[in-house]
Amino acid sequence: MELWFSEYHTPDVQHSIRVNRHLYSGRSACQQIDVFDTPEFGRVLALDGSVMLTERDEFIYDEMVTHVPMAVHPEIHDVLVIGSGDGGVVKELTRYDRVERIDLVEMDPQVIEICRAYLPDNASRLDDERVHISFEDALRFVRRCHKEYDLIIVDSMDPFGPSEGLFTKEFYGNCYHALKSDGILITQQGSLFYRQDAEAMQRSHKRIIETFPISKIYQAHIPTYAAGYWLFGFSSKKYHPIKDLDAKAWRELGLETQYYTPKLHVGSFYLPAFLEQKLREVEGVDEE
Amino acid sequence: MDQNRAPIYEALETFRRMRIVPFDVPGHKHGRGNPELTAFLGERCVSVDVNSMKPLDNLCHPISVIREAEMLAAEAFGAANAFLMVGGTTSSVQSMVLAACKRGDEIILPRNVHRSVINALVLCGAVPVYVNPEVDRRLGISLGMERAQIEKAIREHPKAVAILVNNPTYYGICSDLRAIVKMAHEAGMLCLVDEAHGTHFYFGENLPVSAMAAGADMAAVSMHKSGGSLTQSSLLLTGERVLAGHVRQIINLTQTTSGSYLLMSSLDISRRNLVLRGRETFAQVVQMAEYAREEINDIGGYCAFGRELINGGSVYDFDTTKLSVHTRDIGLAGIEVYDLLRDEYGIQIEFGDIGNILAYLSMGDRKQEVERLVSALTEIRRRYQRDPRDLMSQEYIDPVVVTSPQEAFYAAKKSVPIRDSEGMVCSEFVMCYPPGIPILAPGERVTKAILDYIEYAREKGCSLTGPEDPEIWRLNVLA
Repeated sequence: MELWFSEYHTPDVQHSIRVNRHLYSGRSACQQIDVFDTPEFGRVLALDGSVMLTERDEFIYDEMVTHVPMAVHPEIHDVLVIGSGDGGVVKELTRYDRVERIDLVEMDPQVIEICRAYLPDNASRLDDERVHISFEDALRFVRRCHKEYDLIIVDSMDPFGPSEGLFTKEFYGNCYHALKSDGILITQQGSLFYRQDAEAMQRSHKRIIETFPISKIYQAHIPTYAAGYWLFGFSSKKYHPIKDLDAKAWRELGLETQYYTPKLHVGSFYLPAFLEQKLREVEGVDEE
Repeated sequence: MDQNRAPIYEALETFRRMRIVPFDVPGHKHGRGNPELTAFLGERCVSVDVNSMKPLDNLCHPISVIREAEMLAAEAFGAANAFLMVGGTTSSVQSMVLAACKRGDEIILPRNVHRSVINALVLCGAVPVYVNPEVDRRLGISLGMERAQIEKAIREHPKAVAILVNNPTYYGICSDLRAIVKMAHEAGMLCLVDEAHGTHFYFGENLPVSAMAAGADMAAVSMHKSGGSLTQSSLLLTGERVLAGHVRQIINLTQTTSGSYLLMSSLDISRRNLVLRGRETFAQVVQMAEYAREEINDIGGYCAFGRELINGGSVYDFDTTKLSVHTRDIGLAGIEVYDLLRDEYGIQIEFGDIGNILAYLSMGDRKQEVERLVSALTEIRRRYQRDPRDLMSQEYIDPVVVTSPQEAFYAAKKSVPIRDSEGMVCSEFVMCYPPGIPILAPGERVTKAILDYIEYAREKGCSLTGPEDPEIWRLNVLA
């Protein structure tokens, strides 16, 4: 018998992973939650049928949303993490002593419960005393904050599901307001390869550049995401992601990573030509 | 009756299975003749876009499944009779007025009626007796009809044949409907209710009284607003005092003989849904609206108003499903906030007027969209707030009726530049969208206050409609 988990990356493209065992399947108030045990990717968490993370490749994602801003901004003490109920991002953040507070806002308490049960390594640092978990809508949480955070990391799903609100101008505007005057916002920008994703990405990028003075896109290779790679947004009030990178200081921390390096940090901001073109279409100017 | 049934829907399902060969209209023949349309709307949809025939009944003279659907609707709404309408609530309102009035009759109504009411007066030749609705000074919105005002109108116009009430108004304001019905009946008049925004009153709990429950004689109910049916479908409800056969004749004067089964089945299915699930549905809508009100009032500057307006008279009750927000205190006209929400934040709301916006909440809404709306309003305040002093407030302008709408509409007229029209008698409508309440109706005198208002609304980006000249630089007046 063959058991496969398939996900549509577009209506015409499917990505399939062989499954050993379907470990959990349930519906929360917000979404369908599934955990699979797979031979190639280890445990896989899927929300509403889309892969959120796999044990095998999630380090790429977690490292890239965390170390990039941490290596640029020397004074990150207060961090807000949105989504990311699996705890992977929090785990990376807790490796920094200078981080004093991590507020995690997750809409769905059940995601955290399921991750604690089935992805214990990921969720292992959710009980760190610096971590405060709130279960509520991120839009609601953020609009009440004023100059509170040095860093906001948005770890959301694609812009067509329950996370749609996290790709909007009102959300980016509220984040701007919630950041201190030198704060950084890291967002998901999806993939640009498939057309419908590209349009969504261009739309959200346009909204961000209207809100933040510095907005750059960087990329990482993530095998289980659509088209195999993923884009992130680095939006900032003061720090430039390359000019203000302090590679020496970061290396001195002695953090061991599997994907991130200060060299790759710089490289990840250099984008393929077709991607640059797509961004120019919304930015309207040719820079650098 | 068994409210689990939906006779039109059931008949259409049976019809589909019978695989009838169509040698009748519509010419697209279950969509085959128009593949692009079929691809766009879906095969299931176009295959039931069919004509009246024996198993599907006929809207002009219903005797089987449409009749049953109407009886089920009548029972569901507590009416003596219900009529399925396919020309929008405009046609329900007009049929109601045409059934109650004839040429020369007087009808008592508030000025903030929908244009369809005055259009009906143009058609039938009745003469409006406007009751001046009180205006909330701060919010700049017209309120409900006060009992004393109606008493006065009845005293001054004892021969009037009917009183028409907007209940609720677009903003959710309700009048003392039971008392108005009583006054109308004691004076030998009918009470007609434009209930376009009140379908949910029949099914939700702790909502204002519905027209039929208050004993009104006719009510026009926009099923496609809070009832969930397709756009343009509507219901006309009548009470015991109204002769159903006469109403049917009136409806047939203007309604199509090719009633759409898409619209009719949507009314049928929606009625069933409202009966079976309306209570929980509207409890959720109220809860969501109350939540949004709290959150918006928390932002500061905005005023999302609600039951606190209730004063026993001009605001006898308030429809808590309505989410109206006063925006003037942040220095922005409602129409400006309306435009910003759409252009900057991709959020379309129902309308913005001079001082307010209205976001329409219904059975289809989810909490996450409400969060977006609140967050966008937070941003708009932060980014665009300005000094509110230079905003004009929305004043009620007392109309000066010189002649009946019908006479003015059909009289000899001339076109003059609008700025030169002061003092003349207008022969056409001037409407301001939003909110779609006439600034001028045929037969009314043009005054300075009206011209100033038109100028201001134009400047603020409201869409002005009605006159022959689409740009509204010229106006037709009586020659």
